Amino acid sequence: MGLNLRDASFEGWRRENGRMGVRNHVIILPVDDLSNAAAEAVANNIKGALAIPHAYGRLQFGADLELHFRTLIGTGTNPNVAGVIVIGIEPGWTGKIVEGIAKSGKPVEGFAIEQNGDINTIASASRAAYRLVKHASKLKKTKAPLVELWVSTKCGESDTTSGLASCPTVGNSYDKLWANGNTLVFGETTELTGGEHLVAARCKTPEIRAQFQAMFDRYQRVVEVNKTSDLSDSQPTKGNIEGGLTTIEEKALGNITKIGKKCTVDGVLDKAEVPTHAGLWFMDSSSAAAEMVTLCAASGFAVHTFPTGQGNVIGNPILPVIKLTANPRTQRTMSEHIDVDVTGLLQKQMNMDEAGEALLDCILRTADGELTAAELLGHREFSLTRLYESA
Amino acid sequence: MQIHFVVHDEGDSVGVVVVEGLKAGTRLNGWIMDQDKMMEFDAKSDIPIGHKLAIRSIAKGDTIMKYGTDIGRAVADIGAGEHLHVHNVKTKRW
Repeated sequence: MGLNLRDASFEGWRRENGRMGVRNHVIILPVDDLSNAAAEAVANNIKGALAIPHAYGRLQFGADLELHFRTLIGTGTNPNVAGVIVIGIEPGWTGKIVEGIAKSGKPVEGFAIEQNGDINTIASASRAAYRLVKHASKLKKTKAPLVELWVSTKCGESDTTSGLASCPTVGNSYDKLWANGNTLVFGETTELTGGEHLVAARCKTPEIRAQFQAMFDRYQRVVEVNKTSDLSDSQPTKGNIEGGLTTIEEKALGNITKIGKKCTVDGVLDKAEVPTHAGLWFMDSSSAAAEMVTLCAASGFAVHTFPTGQGNVIGNPILPVIKLTANPRTQRTMSEHIDVDVTGLLQKQMNMDEAGEALLDCILRTADGELTAAELLGHREFSLTRLYESA
Repeated sequence: MQIHFVVHDEGDSVGVVVVEGLKAGTRLNGWIMDQDKMMEFDAKSDIPIGHKLAIRSIAKGDTIMKYGTDIGRAVADIGAGEHLHVHNVKTKRW
């Protein structure tokens, strides 16, 4: 076959800031845990609005609070979102998030619960959501070249088949997308342990290499300071071990195959930061699936690729998550969770280029609107990364 | 021909079982991916899908190689064809 990526295109929504989105969500975004009930009530009133409840947002401070704001503002700004209703317990932080999202030019309105109560807040926010969903439903799709699609990756419940086949499939597609000029990201800082030298060698410049190494070393110190064992119950996870992965080094070497063989690491990002140019970015991030994918969405990525071995079922509220597996048992027992079956790689029934193209084809179909397994099954995990305790 | 296990690189110490229900004593077909070569081996243990077998004899303290890279150390002697996992191999990190 041979997919010509230069000529490939998809139909999505061009947002006010120029970015192309592939979904058209109106989200009801709570600033804090206290506002989840109101956000969910608004989404219940107005069909087509999606509440994104979460556990945090009170008494955070410093870098942890900045990350909270950056993640929520990034989520609202993501091009898969057409409009946002922000609800917080008080108007100060609510206004900050509204202001951050408004910079993208996107329609956004904020509501605070104190001095109004839940019922009046829900009524006002529901009227605003009604208008936003109506507005979003009228927006027309437009065609854009593939190069405008931002693609992220993170694997989960990995096993040995991940490193043999499903992660290298992402790597094959990343090599092709990178050569095409797409914007890409990977992360999972501790999950590079044992292969960090391979990533460092792929950094485009000495400056980027030094930034990557500093992020890697910082995360190692977090492990060293807090560990009570060799982490053999956490990293690799119980699922990883069940799937045959023995050590963090083995897991990392499989994980790293997601960045292919040709791409250079063209820049580094702190959590939920937005890339400033095309190429492959490393984002310093947790390796926990929902946390990492939430950060990818907040960084503006529009489609996510997720290799799994044992069958991680994760999705995201706004970022379509494409799952692929090479494990025949997972494909047999959990096929409703898998979008791309690459089990044939392990029996030499398909080669890596064929697998990479099957994934690229699925990425394009997903960008055109085809629902992923995780979307069909209602997986909307939204998990905020915390840096330390609240005050 | 069914492939029972896959090896990343011919210098590796281990192969990965890619079929379900593998029993000790089975004659195995192995595929070395990077060099695209085949090898044959006898399984000495029952090995679950995704788990590894040693494709050479390994002594306690030896470094385990996979992907042509160090993935940890043996904490027991491991015979060729035996199941190799957390009971006989540990990380060198953390």
